[in-house]
Amino acid sequence: MPLLEVKNLRVEFPTRRGTLVAVDDVSFHIDEGEVLGVVGESGAGKSITGVSIIRLIEPPGRIAGGQVILNGRRIDNIPLEEMRHVRGKEIGAIFQDPLTTLNPLYTIGHQLVETMQTHLGIGDKEARARAIRWLEDVGIPGAAQRIDAYPHQFSGGMRQRVVIALALCAEPRLVIADEPTTALDVSIQAQVIALLKRLCREHGTAIMLVTHDMGVIAETADRVAVMYAGRIAEIGPVREVVKHARHPYTDGLMGSIPSLSHKVERLTQIEGSMPRLTDIPRGCAFNPRCPKVFDRCRTERPDLMKTDGPNLAACWLHAAPGRDEALGHAA
Amino acid sequence: MFAFIVSRLLQAIPVMLTVSLISFAMFAYVGDPVTIMLGQDYTEAQREALVRELGLDQPFFIQFIEFLHNAVQFEFGLSYRLARPVSDLILERMPATLELSFTAAFLALAIGVPMGVYTGLYRDSWLSRFFLTISLIGVSLPTFLIGILLILVFAVILGVLPSFGRGETVAIGWWTTGFLTVSGLRALILPSITLGLFQMTLIMRLVRSEMLEVLRTDYIKFARARGLSNRAVHFGHALKNTLVPVITITGLQLGAIIAFAIVTETVFQWPGMGLLFIQAVANADIPIMAAYLLLIALLFVIINLIVDLLYYAVDPRLRGGLRAAGGR
Repeated sequence: MPLLEVKNLRVEFPTRRGTLVAVDDVSFHIDEGEVLGVVGESGAGKSITGVSIIRLIEPPGRIAGGQVILNGRRIDNIPLEEMRHVRGKEIGAIFQDPLTTLNPLYTIGHQLVETMQTHLGIGDKEARARAIRWLEDVGIPGAAQRIDAYPHQFSGGMRQRVVIALALCAEPRLVIADEPTTALDVSIQAQVIALLKRLCREHGTAIMLVTHDMGVIAETADRVAVMYAGRIAEIGPVREVVKHARHPYTDGLMGSIPSLSHKVERLTQIEGSMPRLTDIPRGCAFNPRCPKVFDRCRTERPDLMKTDGPNLAACWLHAAPGRDEALGHAA
Repeated sequence: MFAFIVSRLLQAIPVMLTVSLISFAMFAYVGDPVTIMLGQDYTEAQREALVRELGLDQPFFIQFIEFLHNAVQFEFGLSYRLARPVSDLILERMPATLELSFTAAFLALAIGVPMGVYTGLYRDSWLSRFFLTISLIGVSLPTFLIGILLILVFAVILGVLPSFGRGETVAIGWWTTGFLTVSGLRALILPSITLGLFQMTLIMRLVRSEMLEVLRTDYIKFARARGLSNRAVHFGHALKNTLVPVITITGLQLGAIIAFAIVTETVFQWPGMGLLFIQAVANADIPIMAAYLLLIALLFVIINLIVDLLYYAVDPRLRGGLRAAGGR
């Protein structure tokens, strides 16, 4: 049984000019201790997928369909009060900007202690001792003194380390990291990712790593899901997706990443831009930009289907006779 | 911390000096006290004697120094009309005004903040809409009209509360209090509601908009993602972050309540400083007006100092800024 299973998730934003579907029929799973990368352009629905798992979508956004199953238990329809015990305790979260995710009025120690006491039922002394250990674990120098410091007294990178400690301190089985390094200095990004990966390996925590940085995914993730216009375009083991992309969009995405090993004259570029949620084309959402487009792509929307490798891709190129049936959600 | 208080007090000195100059200038340019004091019939010799006695033959600057010297000792001379020391009159009236003002401010905070939090958290509930509608009345109706309406309903029609005065008071030293008698408390109800209603609606709307703002922030989302209880998120994390603007406005409004208690005191014939002031204005009783002006300025200075100290207590970022100016 996978740790987390998302089935046919659909997230809608009702607006004055009709309902926008930000996440459409998304299915995937994450195993114990696994790192799943979720990659895509801004607006592809990757962050919204992440926050809807812990049900923190900004209203009026709402989960309009599908299931989220954690350890065999559905969590998309339980009361919010029960959901509160899932957040932090079973699923931790790390957000993009460490400068704004910590409450400026409380010491980092207070915020750690508060989180642990909410979920672990431990006393003040024990909680404080553990808080210091967590700060040491995430590499805050002088943790025993710095525990009483306020967030503004730390740099961005240090704050993101504190956020990681906060996300992990109640020992969740899964962490949803939403662009954890995007707001950081390039020089610090690698350190923070390495730290996150090391801690999760030590504690056996699975990671759902949402990012637009293919480099981070390639180095960190076990499997990767590529999202486009609210749907998963391709999902599979990270090596396969990077080296042998089965979906033309993934292929284009990989071609646009600079590489040190191959000398390339110009980076390739996918023509056009991702459609807005208000006018997603008929058929495959990628068809107007796809170099391999054919008639079927313009009329029928492909679901994820088997390819000649371990990847699943939502592309009619892989609809061979006998394999014609869309696999649906066996992902 | 100590240096901070001292620097704030030093900054208050020019403010107080300016206000002193203005109130002192009133003596020189609003009417002639000598003719007022001498009445209709006097000889030139009498006039000169009084001018010398009052020190009015001295240069302006010397007179101002003398005025300051007296003011620091809380000595503002005699009221032209009542022929009693202004300081006595003010001390007599101050408890009434302060009790009324603080009761009004307390009501405004004790009701305004919870209503603001509620309307911020449940902004679509019918109760929130009801509060917001009511608050429009508080914001838009002038104070005297609210006072008169309250008198009409509760004193005239229902006859349950007194329409004027302070009721019985108890003297504790020079301070007279209405808090200790039933009639004193009953007399306090209508004026304090009248005076506090505007501030209450203002605070409610402020807390509401600040709550809406703060609830959208990342750290609130993160607090929820950490699984904290609603109570901890709403009150521990959200409300505390709304406090800085609320303290600012409340501080300014407390000053305003005390200064503008004039209208309420007039409507309810409340024997406070405001009533004393309005009577002084009617009679061009300049010593009272000057003293009142100085006193209100002093109150504003003190309240601002307290507000600054409260910032310091609430927001740790400002503490850092005090230690190393400009440093993050």
